[in-house]
Amino acid sequence: MTETEAEAEAEPVESTESAAAAESAIRHEAHDLVVVGGGPAGLAAAQEAYDHGVDDIVILERDFELGGILQQCIHNGFGLHYFDEELTGPEYAQEFIENVAERGVDIRLNTMVQEVTDEKTVYAVSEDVGLTEIDAEAVVLAMGCRERTREALDIPGDRPAGVFSAGTAQRYINMEGKMPGEKAVILGSGDIGLIMARRMYLEGAEVPAVLEVMPYSGGLTRNVVQCLEDFDIPLRTQQTITEIYGDERVEGVTVQEVDDDFEPIPGTEYDIECDTVLLSVGLIPENELSEGAGVDMHPVTGGPVVDDGRETSVEDIYACGNVLHVHDLVDWVTEESMIAGRSVAKQLNDEIDIREEPIEIESTGAVSYVVPERVSKSDADREELPLYLRVYAPMNEVFVTVESGDEQLAREFERRAEPGEMITVDLDAEALEDLPENRLVVDVVPKEEI
Amino acid sequence: MSPETVEITCIACPVGCDVSIEVEGGEIQSIEGFTCPRGKEYAKEEYRNPTRILPTTARVAGGVLPRVPVKSAEPMPKPELEAAMREIAAVEVQAPVELGDVIVENVCDTDVDIVATRDLPAADEGPKAAD
Repeated sequence: MTETEAEAEAEPVESTESAAAAESAIRHEAHDLVVVGGGPAGLAAAQEAYDHGVDDIVILERDFELGGILQQCIHNGFGLHYFDEELTGPEYAQEFIENVAERGVDIRLNTMVQEVTDEKTVYAVSEDVGLTEIDAEAVVLAMGCRERTREALDIPGDRPAGVFSAGTAQRYINMEGKMPGEKAVILGSGDIGLIMARRMYLEGAEVPAVLEVMPYSGGLTRNVVQCLEDFDIPLRTQQTITEIYGDERVEGVTVQEVDDDFEPIPGTEYDIECDTVLLSVGLIPENELSEGAGVDMHPVTGGPVVDDGRETSVEDIYACGNVLHVHDLVDWVTEESMIAGRSVAKQLNDEIDIREEPIEIESTGAVSYVVPERVSKSDADREELPLYLRVYAPMNEVFVTVESGDEQLAREFERRAEPGEMITVDLDAEALEDLPENRLVVDVVPKEEI
Repeated sequence: MSPETVEITCIACPVGCDVSIEVEGGEIQSIEGFTCPRGKEYAKEEYRNPTRILPTTARVAGGVLPRVPVKSAEPMPKPELEAAMREIAAVEVQAPVELGDVIVENVCDTDVDIVATRDLPAADEGPKAAD
């Protein structure tokens, strides 16, 4: 044997050894419930699962503390539905952080989940432990959402510093104490855009305009009032940025009016001088892990398709909160995550009945989506089944109807329906047991058509 | 003096009713457009004495983060918001901070305190922010 051959032969041995070494470096664990994400969704799901009899729960959180995005949402307006009082984001978060701590839930901070398999094996890494492999009886996906970026919009122009997503700027200002700039144009009038307009203004920056491509603000009315009107910050609807310019730092933007198809109208261009552009142009559920686990995804919500217990198409993998669909109020995230937590607990404790045939829930007409998409459990403790839905466009005086065959299960009046405000319809759970067909259709009908 | 109409968007809940107040000589003559008692009350207050909760941050020394979120413990007069921001900017508190700690007492002589809205551990006792 030549030396080279010997080396070649030795190589696999070496790599086997290193594979064995790597294998032994992996920590193996088994837990009843692994919750991916320690924001409001993960916290509420863990708390509720614990309260229904699951005591071996691990929360994996990539940040250095729990609370998720609430920790940077320092404004008030949270909790009006759940706590019946108005709290700020950090106050809302602290309530749930204390609750999981009191229950002795195992919290792993600075821990990033790399993969969730369809067999419910969770791989996570952290600086302290390295790689951990956890076999879970059930997994709750609660990773939340992230912001759309400039790249997602394809805004032409230079690539100078000074272009931030609104949430990034929010974290810089509210948690790290750094101002992103002195004169900021904000693109997008969703709630984060509106909140950041006020925040920039109160911290001493100029906010020449908030631009919105739609004919109306995408945020809550009270935010339009308290964040823009209070400080005379102009909201310019049906306008968008068509160019960002600047050498090293943003020097300004070109703005254009858009038509009803969102196409810029030639000849309407004007420039606004600024050193900062904040983008509040939508949130996307963060579902790389969900997709890796092979769960079916919903084309409209961008999140997993789930049943009434928030179980995905993969058995014992659940999803709740903004990873499932983007909510406008954290109160609904809490409510939904508690449904998931309760459902996980009942399933783990064999207390749940699975329906022979699921009831499919469909949206039609002006309804853009409904969550959940099917009812596959029958839960004797449940009196009501809440349906969460959104509409495509603002409408005044409508009825939300839920029908099965020729039977109407619910009809609720909404004085105003807007895409930015989620609508909840509570179905009588008993009515689900005797339906003309295994299908519910959710529609929005103008008052005069009824 | 001829009557004027003041339009107010109610923010007492997410519905956001458009309320109109008929005013003559500074006196409210009628209120319309609200759909619950809170709406009527809100519109009246918003016309006579508009108040806001002020959420912002205060400097912290020695904490896991350099800022702690704070708010006015109660709604404060809207015209004082910017002056209150300047008063809070002059303060630096020492970590640890606890939720509810008073950061600025009686801000701008409004009888309203500025309070912390979270626990903020000192850097050596709590988990550290990754840089």
